[in-house]
Amino acid sequence: MKRRAIRDEALFFERNPERLRRQGFQLPPLDAPAVDPATILPQNALRSELPDYPDLTEMEIVQHFHRLSQLNYAVDEGLYPLGSCTMKYNPRINEQTARLVGLAAAHPLQPVEQVQGCLRLIWELEQALIAITGMAGVTLQPAAGAHGELAGILMIRKALEARGDARDVVLVPDSAHGTNPATAAFAGYETIELASGDDGTVDLEELDRLMTDRVAGIMLTVPNTLGVFEHRIVEISKLVHDRGGLIYMDGANLNAFAGRALPGLMGADAMHINLHKTFSTPHGGGGPGAGPVVVSEALVPHLPVPRVVKAGERFTLVEDDAASIGAMRGFYGNFLILVRALTYIRSLGSDGLRQMSDVAVLYANLIRRRLANAYHLPYDSPTLHEVVFDDTRQTANDVHNTDIAKRLLDYGFHPPTMSFPLIVHGALMIEPTESVSPDEIDIFCDAMLAIAKEAGENPEFVRTAPHDTPVSRVDEVRAARKLKVRWTAD
Amino acid sequence: MHPWIGAGDEDRQRILGELGLDSVDELFSSIPAEVCVDRLPMDDGRDENAVRSELQSMALANLSPECVPSFLGAGVYRHVQPSVVDAVLSRAEFFTSYTPYQPEISQGTLQVIFEFQTLICQLTGMEVSNASLYDGATALVEAVLFAHRVKRGRFDRVVLAETLHPMYRKVLATYADPAGLEVVVVPPGDDGRVTADALREAAGESSCCIAVQSPNFLGIIEDLPAVAEAARESATLAVQVVTEGVSLGLLSGGGAHGFDVVCGEAQSFGLAPGYGGPHLGFFACRAKDIRQMPGRLAGETIDSTGQRAFCLTLSTREQHIRRAKATSNICTNQGLMALAATIWLEAIGGHGLRELATSCLSRTEELKRRINEMNGSWKLAYPTAPTFDEFLLTGPGSGDELARRLAAEGVLAGVAAHRWGGSWPDGLLVAVTEKNTTADTEALIAAMEKLS
Repeated sequence: MKRRAIRDEALFFERNPERLRRQGFQLPPLDAPAVDPATILPQNALRSELPDYPDLTEMEIVQHFHRLSQLNYAVDEGLYPLGSCTMKYNPRINEQTARLVGLAAAHPLQPVEQVQGCLRLIWELEQALIAITGMAGVTLQPAAGAHGELAGILMIRKALEARGDARDVVLVPDSAHGTNPATAAFAGYETIELASGDDGTVDLEELDRLMTDRVAGIMLTVPNTLGVFEHRIVEISKLVHDRGGLIYMDGANLNAFAGRALPGLMGADAMHINLHKTFSTPHGGGGPGAGPVVVSEALVPHLPVPRVVKAGERFTLVEDDAASIGAMRGFYGNFLILVRALTYIRSLGSDGLRQMSDVAVLYANLIRRRLANAYHLPYDSPTLHEVVFDDTRQTANDVHNTDIAKRLLDYGFHPPTMSFPLIVHGALMIEPTESVSPDEIDIFCDAMLAIAKEAGENPEFVRTAPHDTPVSRVDEVRAARKLKVRWTAD
Repeated sequence: MHPWIGAGDEDRQRILGELGLDSVDELFSSIPAEVCVDRLPMDDGRDENAVRSELQSMALANLSPECVPSFLGAGVYRHVQPSVVDAVLSRAEFFTSYTPYQPEISQGTLQVIFEFQTLICQLTGMEVSNASLYDGATALVEAVLFAHRVKRGRFDRVVLAETLHPMYRKVLATYADPAGLEVVVVPPGDDGRVTADALREAAGESSCCIAVQSPNFLGIIEDLPAVAEAARESATLAVQVVTEGVSLGLLSGGGAHGFDVVCGEAQSFGLAPGYGGPHLGFFACRAKDIRQMPGRLAGETIDSTGQRAFCLTLSTREQHIRRAKATSNICTNQGLMALAATIWLEAIGGHGLRELATSCLSRTEELKRRINEMNGSWKLAYPTAPTFDEFLLTGPGSGDELARRLAAEGVLAGVAAHRWGGSWPDGLLVAVTEKNTTADTEALIAAMEKLS
């Protein structure tokens, strides 16, 4: 990360301090009689003064955001090995199809006969996701992975209630992403943590002990956040199903096996799919994503509404259904994200999706091989799409995973994930994805090896990194203590 | 090998050699054979040209509101789109990055969020805003759950105006049940507005919030000072939902009236209708309640040299720290849409926003005047109620029939007002923005005359 903006970019509100009138955009001329708002709107509803926005010209606006963009790292800049986030290439054709006027300008409340193209697109993506997962049904409504988790857990809750078997506990392995327990709690469940076995996967004896008639189900990430496949998945599913529970599968790591294995065969009852991970839609600096949920036959009646239904060659919407959990959000989903995902799936197809997982897994194993002599590998289990190291070897010199991460910024890479899995202290979770060339993997591994060496020879230099970024190490503690979350004039 | 896959066949052979393997299959040996397949039941991949054609054919199968006069609104509005919005949005530094967990290489995204939070605060009159939520409907859900937390979980009753978008109320019902909340809906009076007395009566002394939308689902401006007063008297939180952000160019946000939360949908600020998404939920509240606020938040701080810098903050509220005790399970939200709204608002500017809102109001008033002059069965359902850029129109038939018959005349005249039911007259919700020219209005009037 050598590059930086020429000068610090002032906040928008600090520009044009005298608030002189400039023009940023030309509105269409008013070709109707102008009214005085004060004669139409209630006096007590009128805004007394304008919001304190400076008026800037179009070029000032472009320069402002151009300069700000220069301060960001992004997938287009280099490897972005943020584990569990699957930061793959965002194909440019996706951006074109999502901007087709016929799709982008479609209004969600047009009568169905006017939007047959949109409804077909939704239906086609549904069929594709069912084919990829081997499940019975799907909803495209959830706006993100965590939102999909909630939809899935609510469907499980509804199914159990319909059976007259309401339960109050959800099991979550200790290796799980933080959204899993948050989701279960949000849906009104108590969560019980399931301790992992020695190889990082579910301990069947522990599951056997905890899987009581209070347990609605288990939230299982496959492969888990260590990049390790639950090789006893079929036994796990059988045990949970035999005791009346259901299986929620976190599909955040679908990039590890799409095209090779089917969650439908693993016994999953619900699984969310992050289209912004496996299916290449951009992460956008923190969304919008999309978190469709595929479900087993048991949950199909409980899918959210509205649903797209195909009758002959015509598509319609079902707005209400008593068995449904209801609507998860407004309208039908992050539709323009769905457009991008279908574009990707059509482009790769059955053969391409398999190659995708193959290379993602190959790269993770290559990184594991290259770095194993420099970084400690807490779990020796076979690696799929991501590999988790820790900082045990570096802490002897008081160099921690966050220091390694910050030093990696100087080498021009985004760091690995560090905030989880919680079962690994000082984690460095690396997910390369299939997109980059092997040359990029080489450069990344060389950087990681160089940092390991620096940690031994000049630990202070690593501890004070980054040294070559637009701002130096940011004081996050101060931000929380002296809260300032908006600009004010004084 | 596909162009989006980084390693060709020769690369793969070389890597397999380094790993001491014969085949990639060996790397998948931990997956039981009984869950594996040789191929998926779908076609193989297709070239870019073929895929573009397929998607284009779907796009062309729609009747686009950009090609005919359109007055569709009901929570999703057509407004002008400065070219700079999409130009900036297309910069890979913004759209191919992720949540700014590493502030040293994310100052661009973080400063944008900080500016977005400020813009929302200034528009709504509130003290603090978050970085975004999924959409307007889930923003209402989060506001209700927030109010429940602020009231320490003691009060399970939620009071909603029926004139709050019915789709939003429907979404809330999905979440209210598992949260153990009781939702009470208060119908509007004869003037299409909810009354403070009815709200006060419904709230009693055991509710966590009163939520109204203004301008409401019928386009009518609610009496916000009276609603805030009713909430104060009932010792409950006052929540304003906004679905048409441009109205804030002329109307003061709930902050000025003493509301505790102003939230809703910011699609009007530069986001395409996009058949319903992605749109942009926003959430603003008082500073004292910030620790109960859902979602991401950017704050100002300094770096190790004392230079101003920004980072995500108060993450102790969030799922990755608090897990089962988080204020919300939200993780990925609508970051790029918040960027779009930020660019749009900054390009339009303060004076521009007022001019834009006045243009919407003027065109709406002109259409209402023309309808009042018409003979026959076309009527404004609430002729004296103050509206911003949308109103309820009744005519010869149900809203659904009117929408279809006017569409057959080449005009997308509005949204059927009973799509989700409602105690108001059935008819069409007609939205008029600065994009509706006088020619659009004439086309609509002509189509209506044919039907009456």
